[in-house]
This record gives sequence, C-alpha cells and structure tokens, in this order.
Amino acid sequence: MAITVGDLTRPRGNARSIRDAIATGLMATSVVLVMIPLVLVLTYVIERGSALFGWRFLTSDIPTTRSSGGGMGPAVAGTLLITGTATAISVPLGVMGGIYLNEYGRNSRPAVMLRVLTDVMTGVPSIVMGLFVYTFLVLRTQSLSGMAGALALAALMLPVVIRATEEMLRLVPDDLRFGSFALGSRRATTIWRVALPAALPGIISGALLAIARAAGETAPLLFVIGITSKPNWSLSGTNTALSVQIFRNATQPFEGAQQRAWAAALTLILIAFAFTILARLLSAALTRRSGAF
Amino acid sequence: MSMADDDIRPALAERVDDIAVTDDVEVFEVTGLAVRYDEVTAISEVDLTICEREITAFIGPSGCGKSTVLRCFNRMNDLIDSAHVEGSVLYHGVDLYDPRVDPVVVRRRIGMVFQKPNPFPKSIYDNIAYGPRIAGIKADLDGIVEQSLTRAGLWDEAKDRLRTSALGLSGGQQQRLCIARAIAVSPDVLLMDEPCSSLDPIATGRIEELMREIKNDYTIIIVTHNMQQAARVSDRTAFFTAEVHGPTGQRRGRLVEFDNTGTIFSNPADERTEAYITGRFG
Repeated sequence: MAITVGDLTRPRGNARSIRDAIATGLMATSVVLVMIPLVLVLTYVIERGSALFGWRFLTSDIPTTRSSGGGMGPAVAGTLLITGTATAISVPLGVMGGIYLNEYGRNSRPAVMLRVLTDVMTGVPSIVMGLFVYTFLVLRTQSLSGMAGALALAALMLPVVIRATEEMLRLVPDDLRFGSFALGSRRATTIWRVALPAALPGIISGALLAIARAAGETAPLLFVIGITSKPNWSLSGTNTALSVQIFRNATQPFEGAQQRAWAAALTLILIAFAFTILARLLSAALTRRSGAF
Repeated sequence: MSMADDDIRPALAERVDDIAVTDDVEVFEVTGLAVRYDEVTAISEVDLTICEREITAFIGPSGCGKSTVLRCFNRMNDLIDSAHVEGSVLYHGVDLYDPRVDPVVVRRRIGMVFQKPNPFPKSIYDNIAYGPRIAGIKADLDGIVEQSLTRAGLWDEAKDRLRTSALGLSGGQQQRLCIARAIAVSPDVLLMDEPCSSLDPIATGRIEELMREIKNDYTIIIVTHNMQQAARVSDRTAFFTAEVHGPTGQRRGRLVEFDNTGTIFSNPADERTEAYITGRFG
C-alpha cells in the first residue's frame, strides 16, 4: 500500500524560518563584534612593538626616558622573578586550600567561611592588594622589593587557584573515591592517588591562566617594587616589571620611551600567550595519559 | 521486573546438583542490624549468617535496604555522614563495629564491586596494581596483575594493552577489571552490589560464570534485582522488602526470609516472598 508522503521541503517565509534567520544573523554579528577588538589590539601592538622588539631588547638595560632605543632586560627579569615567586607561593597553598574545601571541609562551618572569603577575595581590586602589601610590608620594613610585589600577586592568584582546584575536584566522580576506599586506602591516599591525578589537567590549566593574568598586573606592583635600571634577580631591593615599565614609558612625551612601551607590551602578550599554550599542551598530555574525561 | 513470562524453575533445575549448602564456617554473623540515615531508619531487625565459600544473594524490590545492608559488611556506610549502624556484625567472631577496629584494614579483607563499573582513569595495569601498592606490596606486581586478570577472565583481552587507559575497555570488560582489581588484594570476602545491572546479557553471563569459578576461594555476597541471576548463581538467598512503617508512612526495609536458594524459589515459607518471586509484587 502506498503511503502519502506529502511535502517535505523546508517551508520558506513563515514566522519560524524568519526568526531562525534573524537569530543566526545576530549570532554571526556578535562573533564578528567580539573579534574586532581582539584582532585590533593584537595587530596594533605587533605593528608598533616590533620596531624595537628583539633579543637585544629583551636583554639590554633600560636607558633614561629621554634616549631612544635600549631594552627592557631588567623588566623581563623582574616580571619572571616576581610572577615566578608569586606562583611558588600561591599554587601549593591554593591547591591545598582547594583540597581542603572539597575533600575535607565540604559543608562544615570553616569550609563555608573559607569559600565566602575566597569569593570576596576574588572581587578585591588588585590595587587594594598592592595597598595592603604596601602598608603591612613596605612601610614596616622601609624597603621596596620584588618580594613585596610577589606577595601582592600571590594574594591575587590565591583565590583563583583555590576555586579552580575545588571545582576540578568536584568534577571527579565519587564512584572513584568509593572504589579506592573499598580497596582499603585511607583518605589521604585516595586524594593523592585518585582524586588529584584525575583533576590535575584542569587544575594546571586554571593555575597557568592565573599566572598569565598576574604577569600582566600593574596596579599592585606600581608602588611596592620601586624602580631599577639594572636587572635585579634578587627578591630584596628595588625591582621593576614589564607592566610597570609600559605604564612609565607610555606616559612619557618622548618617542623613544613610547617605542619601548609598545615593545614591552608585545613582550608581555607573548609571555601570556606562551603560558596559555603551555597550559593547553600540559592538560592535553595529562588527559591523554590518564584517559580521563 | 515482571516474572510472569520468566519462570525461575528451569534456571534452578539445571543446577540442583551444585547447590551445596553445607553448614560450614560462618564468616559473618549479623544480629539485630539496623541502619538509619539521620532520623530515617532505612532497614532494621536483620539477622543473617553468611557462610564461607558460598554465594549469598540479596534480592528484593528497590528501596528495601539490601544495598545498605551490603555496605555494612565492609563499613562503607562510614563514608556517608548521616549513616548510623546499630546491632552487631561479627566477622569471624570479631565485631566489625568495635571502636578498635580500623575500617581500612577491614576493607582490605572484604572487597567490593560496585553497580556501575568504576575503573580509575589510569592504565589497566595501574588499576590492578593500585590495591597491592597501597598495601605496601612491591614484589612481583606483574605476577599479581597477570593472576588477577586471568582469574577475572580478562587476561587474554587485556594482556597486549596493559599500559593503555582502562577507560578504553567496554562496560563488561570494565566490570571484570573491577573484579580483578578487588581480588588483587587477596580478600576473603567479595561484596557485589548489582554488578551486572549496567551490562548486556552476554557480559552478565560472563560475570556469573566468573562468580561460580572464584566461589571456591571467596565468600561472595551479591545484591541483585535479577531473580534469575540469584537462582542461577547463589547458594542462599535473602529476600528483603520495604514496608510502610508507623503513622508517618515512612518505608522501612525488612528481611523477610533467608534460606537455601532452592527453598526460597520453589517453596518459600513467607507469602510475601512467594508473591515477589512469582511476579505478583515488585
């Protein structure tokens, strides 16, 4: 018996297909709008910054603001030193805090308090962190230092790392923990050998994004690390950073200083980019190894 | 599950000879067991004896507390904050709920296989070696891994991919991996909480075959929704049900009948058991 199939062609011109066309058009427009500032910033910085950028720029000392040419060696050193120290402080502490929140504290009173404080801390403007370090460390010790900058950045990174760790651990199914307990392992063993490895890719990418973000912070560093024109690889004594140098040089009326600011901006973008790539590669490698998620 | 078109008797008749209930060594002696989650009593008044090298099946409708009872044998209920266990569970004469007993040590003697296969996101090898490693065993891990996988009937399928992720295995293979992982620490008892509920009939058949094979070395308690499965593999069967309790209308689990599997399925003493196994209820 034959079945009447009827008209299967897509209807045109009715209300639903018009709404579909409008929605599709809006989404395409948004994609383009979002791309415009990103592409503009990137191309502009590359265009203006590449004039001076190069190995010499990355290694030579900072000249006086009036002279042209020169480099940002001390600022590269300062950014790597200060961000590196901030990472060494905040990542271990933050991961341990995240483990506490998800594996031990859960909904206990101290855990809930810590969670609220962490959320509040995430919203604190970065300059306030700088001010805090300035009053509590710089004024008391009467010295500007890279350490002060590292502490300010660590305070900014800490809540991000705590919450990233907690969220990633929460995604690890409890079935895995029960499986581990049922084999006779203690809580610490279960966390160390099952929960943490399963959450590691996510924790690493969260931490590296926090690092990339901190590397570009200017406000908290401005008044706690001071200034130097020679590389200072020590945590004590005045130091400088790329973000601070961009601010100082860009506000000068001299062409040479402005060129240095653009090249420093390019350097900072490349550092952040390198961290992002590293984050992706590391989590991809770890995910492949464990086959998780 | 309806039993109307699924007669249990053929499954039982096939194995009349190998149901060998002998009154040998008692592994667990349960008296007056009750478990409550905060104020809600999930199950109460359970008295049971589990014998060595037998397969005991727990059957009953959903929510009757059979899995809750199972988790009392390896103190997994400790991991649920709201759970409180009353009564006594003697394991070879030792009260498992004595304050001096370390649940971690208990769980090394009494292994567990879960409803959903839960391999760790590690290699097949590392999954099996996990238990022995945390128990501090370093010698001959390769041998333990091969032996456990062989016992679980997974060696031939897994031997060439030991270093690849366990998550690449099929559901049935994953469950056999979990059984291999549990027996790698040489436990005395194996608790299985609906181990086949997420598997197809072929994978289920392989697990049942495996249970019959390892029965000579382990005492097995299996919770199952599948009555044929209980009839096919178990030596003794406990039937649980949930009853409305008190004026609040709360449902509370009860052990209705505990007997030889043959008796439970062919000549049950309690009419509720009869109603359940003939498909008139549940």
